[in-house]
Amino acid sequence: MGLGLFPLGIAFGVLVVHAGLSWWWATAFTALVYAGSLEFLLVGLVVAVTPLAQIALTAFLVNFRHVFYALSFPLHRVGGRIGRAYSTFGMTDEAYALTTGPDARAWSGRRIIWLQVLCQAYWVAGGTAGALFGALVPARLVGLDFALTALFVVLTVDAYRARRDIPTPALALVCALAARFAFPGQMLLAATGLFTAGLLARYAVAKRRTPAGLHNPAAKDPSRA
Amino acid sequence: MPDTPYLLAAIGVSTAVTWGLRALPFAALAPLRASAVLHHLGARMPVGVMVILTVYSLRDLPLTSPQHAAPALLALAATLGLHLWRRNAVLSILGGTAVHVTLASTLLAHS
Repeated sequence: MGLGLFPLGIAFGVLVVHAGLSWWWATAFTALVYAGSLEFLLVGLVVAVTPLAQIALTAFLVNFRHVFYALSFPLHRVGGRIGRAYSTFGMTDEAYALTTGPDARAWSGRRIIWLQVLCQAYWVAGGTAGALFGALVPARLVGLDFALTALFVVLTVDAYRARRDIPTPALALVCALAARFAFPGQMLLAATGLFTAGLLARYAVAKRRTPAGLHNPAAKDPSRA
Repeated sequence: MPDTPYLLAAIGVSTAVTWGLRALPFAALAPLRASAVLHHLGARMPVGVMVILTVYSLRDLPLTSPQHAAPALLALAATLGLHLWRRNAVLSILGGTAVHVTLASTLLAHS
């Protein structure tokens, strides 16, 4: 799974130089930001010289899901101040999926850290290689930016497989399309806000239907009960 | 074209926000773990955010002009089909992108 980050990094590197940036910005982005989906979006944002506040808002909305990873990521197994700092820095979707899977229950903190280092090494190396390759080959490939959409489709399917629940992605699709046409200027903010409100409403309805769940610690999540 | 100080600031802002979102919740871990509503959101947020980002990445698609929208929509179907079939992220992304590059450079070259 981590190996997949290398070819994806190549696509990212090619996009960076095709956008008109020097090749080493691909290295800087992959090494310092280290959030793949945000980095792809960031290339388009910086080329358009988007205000920093809008970039901060986009980073917040795109990566807000990571807040919930703290509920189950095994950080308690990682020792040392530096180790823990790096482990949270490198807590990507891939690292989270790998370290919380059934195979990872017995993994030591050292193994978790090395897995994260390896994932980032693949990503940085892929991004740098792609940027150098893109700089050498001047021919532009039309439509390469679709790699970003394809990445999101793949992450959608993988997230769906982790929890087969149709209403949630359906609600998100409706919110995204509504935001696209009603608030085209702040689509990401509007879509995420609508979606979160929808989930909270669903939670409230499920809670009202199963009041017994409130007194039963095993059924803390009423919609799961 | 963006200059170096701006690019460094953009990287700094993105890193600070991303790392903050990943690290700060651990500081408030105990109340987070006990919150049923956060478990509810946490279980459903990832797939929803990915659906929203998929639509967001296609926000400039000209739906009124089928010729211009066709490459992305067909590539979307190809990516989805490939990933449901083979479950191989690299294959799905490279395959879908290859379909898009091929269609965009042939269908749109004459328009």
